[in-house]
This record gives sequence, C-alpha cells and structure tokens, in this order.
Amino acid sequence: MPDAAIQVLDVVKKYGTRTVLDQVRLDVFKGETLVILGGSGSGKSTLLRLMIGNVRPDGGDIVSLGKSIAGMTAPELAVYRKNIGVLFQSGALFNSMSVADNVGLPLREHTDLPEETIDIMVKIKLELVGLREHAEKMPSELSGGMKKRAGLARAIALDPQILFYDEPSAGLDPVTSAEIDQLIIDLNQKLGVTSVVVTHEMDSAFRIAHRMVLLDRGKFIVSGTPDEMKHSEDPLVRQFVHGLTEGPLTARRRGHEYVDDLLGEID
Amino acid sequence: MTPALNPLRPIRSILEFIGGLTLLLLDTFVTLPSALFSKRGRRLGWQNLWAQMDRVGVQSVPIVGLVLFCIGAILALQMAPILREYGKIDSVADVISVAIFRELGPLVSAIVLTGFAGASIAAEMGTMVVSEEIEALEAHAINPIRFLVVPRVLATTIMTVCIAIVGDTAGIVGGLSVGQFFLGIGHQQYVTHTFDILKLKDFVTGLVKAGVFGALISGLACFLGLSVTGGAQGVGSATTRTVVYTIVALITVDLIFTATFYFLGF
Repeated sequence: MPDAAIQVLDVVKKYGTRTVLDQVRLDVFKGETLVILGGSGSGKSTLLRLMIGNVRPDGGDIVSLGKSIAGMTAPELAVYRKNIGVLFQSGALFNSMSVADNVGLPLREHTDLPEETIDIMVKIKLELVGLREHAEKMPSELSGGMKKRAGLARAIALDPQILFYDEPSAGLDPVTSAEIDQLIIDLNQKLGVTSVVVTHEMDSAFRIAHRMVLLDRGKFIVSGTPDEMKHSEDPLVRQFVHGLTEGPLTARRRGHEYVDDLLGEID
Repeated sequence: MTPALNPLRPIRSILEFIGGLTLLLLDTFVTLPSALFSKRGRRLGWQNLWAQMDRVGVQSVPIVGLVLFCIGAILALQMAPILREYGKIDSVADVISVAIFRELGPLVSAIVLTGFAGASIAAEMGTMVVSEEIEALEAHAINPIRFLVVPRVLATTIMTVCIAIVGDTAGIVGGLSVGQFFLGIGHQQYVTHTFDILKLKDFVTGLVKAGVFGALISGLACFLGLSVTGGAQGVGSATTRTVVYTIVALITVDLIFTATFYFLGF
C-alpha cells in the first residue's frame, strides 16, 4: 500500500450542538487525486478546512505530511501551510492586486528571492495555467474560469506537496469546467502533487479522480475507484452518482419533518 | 431562565466585544515590529503602510480642512456677541485656539475620518471575509493581522495625528477669517493672541488624543469587518455599526481623556 500523505483519524467536528463530522477516518495516498463527494451540508467543506488547518477538530486528529495538525502551534501551522496549496471555490484572489501580484504574494512573503527571480517564477506559474498574457489584469477584469486558474497559479506558487480544491467546477460552464479538470490532471501528473478535491459535480469527479469517497451526514458511506462507484449497488451511492430523483436521499427529505412543519408537533 | 430574558446577556456581549477589540489591538501591537522590520515583512509592509496612509490621510485632508475651517468660523460668529458685550472681542482668538487645539481639532478630524476611513476599512475587510480572501491569506501562511490590520491601524493612527494638525490650522484660519472680515480683529492681532494663549501642553494633549482616536477608529473597523458573517447584508451591517460604535467610543474616550487631564492639571 502506498504511503499516506494525509490520515484523518476519527475526526469529530461540531458547530454548537450539530455534529458536522462524526468519527471520520480517511487516508489520502501520496500522488493520488482523491475526490470527496457529498451533497450540500454533508460536511465535505468542513473536512477540507480541517485538513488545511483553518478549523480545529473537536475530537480525533489529522496527520498530514507526517505531522498532527490538531497539535500544531501557530508557527508549525505556518510551516505546514507553506507545503500545501488551496484553490478556493471563488478563486479568492486579492482584489486590490493584479494577477501577477496575487501569484507572487506567497513568494514575496515566504522567500528571500530577488524580484527578478520572482517575476520569472510568476510567469512560469501563469504559463502553467494559461494566463501569462493576463498577468497585469486585475481580478475584476477576469472571467470566473480565469479567476480559478489564477487562484490555482497562486496555490502552486510555492511548489506544494498537496493541493486542495474546494468545488473547482462550481459556477463554470461545461467547457471551462473541463479545462479546469484537465489542469488538475496535468498538475497532478507534471508536478506529482497529491490532490484532494471536494466537489458534487459528478462529470468532473469521474474525469479527475483516482479514488472517490462519499460523505453523507458527516460520515463516509463508501470509498472506491470511479469504476467501482459507477457500478455500486448501494442505493445511496447509486442515487448520488447517477443523479436519480428517487432514492434514500430524496426519501429522507420527504420524511416526517415536513408533516411536523405543516401541522406542528402533536403530542 | 431563557437566554433572551437573561439580564447578564447584554453585559456579557459588551465585555466580549471590548475583550475582542483589546486582543486585536494587542495582537496588532505585538505583530507590528515583524510587519515592518523583519527581513520578509519589510518587503510589502512599508508598501502597504504608504498605500494606507495615502488612502486614509492624504485623501481626507480637503474635507477635514473644510469642516474645521467652517467650525472655526462658526465659533467666532457665535462667541462675538457675548465677548463684545464684555468688551473682550479680541478674546475670540483665545477661545477658538484653546477649543480647537485641545478639543475640536482632534475630535472633529477623528469623526470625519470615521466616515472616511473607518467605514471604508470595515466594508473592505468584510468583503474580504465574504470572498474567502482572509481564509486564502491564512491558507498561504500569511497572518491577516500582520498583512492587513497592522498597516491600517498604524496608518490611521499616524494620519489622524497629521490630519488633526491640519484641522487645528484650518480651524484657526476659519476664526481668523471671520475676525479679520467681520469682527474687526486684525490678523496680526489674532495670531498674537493665539500664540499667547496656547501652551505646548494644549497642542500635545490634542495630538495624544488624536493618536488614540486613530487607533480606535481603525481597530474597531478591522474588528467589526473581520467579524462579518452572512454575505452582503453582514458587510452593510458591519459598516453601519463601525460608524455608530466609533462615534460613541470617540466621545466616551474623549470624556475620559478630558476628565483625566483636568484632574491632573494639564
């Protein structure tokens, strides 16, 4: 079995009284592209934020690149974050800076490289995502797909070992979405990075995944290759993967809560 | 007891708010050296500071100047009839200079800056929270306090002091103009009275207050901006709360300062 880049060990996360993640266990292997699937509110984005250290778990631990994130001090967390890259759902570009300055920011903040070298590195990163000719544009001048590509260039600025993607295809047209998917595949192959992708877009998930896991109500239901997921007999997996209108997910929504909501709880 | 009826709840909220703001300002103070003087912080730290000083201060000079000029002129017109009755029309210059330097210059400059810089900082920070920019900074191991809050707090503090000096001058010029053109006080006579009555401590206490006001404006704006939840509505609410809370805080802190200076004999 290949080495694990990230180990999620019985992680529990609660917001108030609501348990978002309940004893979740997961291994992400070095060099693979793992897709975390799940509907809205399933806890997948929370899991991603736990893995990048932006949220602390209430129970369990996450061991990433050989270190426990839960036990990290602020300086240790900063060192860890220099070894990972994150593409946020909106791209999260800094609106007051040009595309080139966005990509150069981590290099200016975390390295002693001279400006000339940083300029060259920024061009290389932008070329990788096909945005070199747009380097001087401001984020407000970019389309949704270009913003994500610029965000990706910034995420790989420090040559991370792990790349996290939060809904990379959300809000994009099918062609742009396919382009972003191809970029994820290329970066995984060319740079050899481990990729963790959180999404609910099935077409995109099947294109990029080496392995997939399905998260439902804070628990993992199933894990497997795209082929295994496609042919799964589990009714919940079948409904999610094939986008069926009938199945356990819709049955749950049509449950007794609706009657209670209409008529009130009757003792 | 239900939480809504708990009388301690508002007190707890106020204490939490003050505690949070104090921690943010302490964090800013502790982070300041690394933001400006560490090898890597220097690279963007000074650039960010100049940009914020320009945004906060330079652009608000004409507005503060105009407002304080008008206040100086208004004060002169209001004082003139009473002082003329006592045969002390020359004392218009004395009253205006003390009022402007000790009180109105710093306070009015700070109130103008609250609308000019505080609201804009809160809206900017709130929008950055909503668009995941703050989270992105953290994910890139860049401390938002060092990168965003330090330059804004420092720039506002420095520029409130500078703007207060501009405001003080504009206020005196406003009074002098009314004195010269409407009250028959010659400009040389007015300036002589001003310099005779003013002491260094009047100038210094005003500027100390201005510095504290500046830190308060930007501290509150950053704190409320970074606490935004709930999208565009949250940003709007944070901006409004910044203006209201800051004006209340400025007046309260001003009272504390004035009372302290009074009892200490300054």
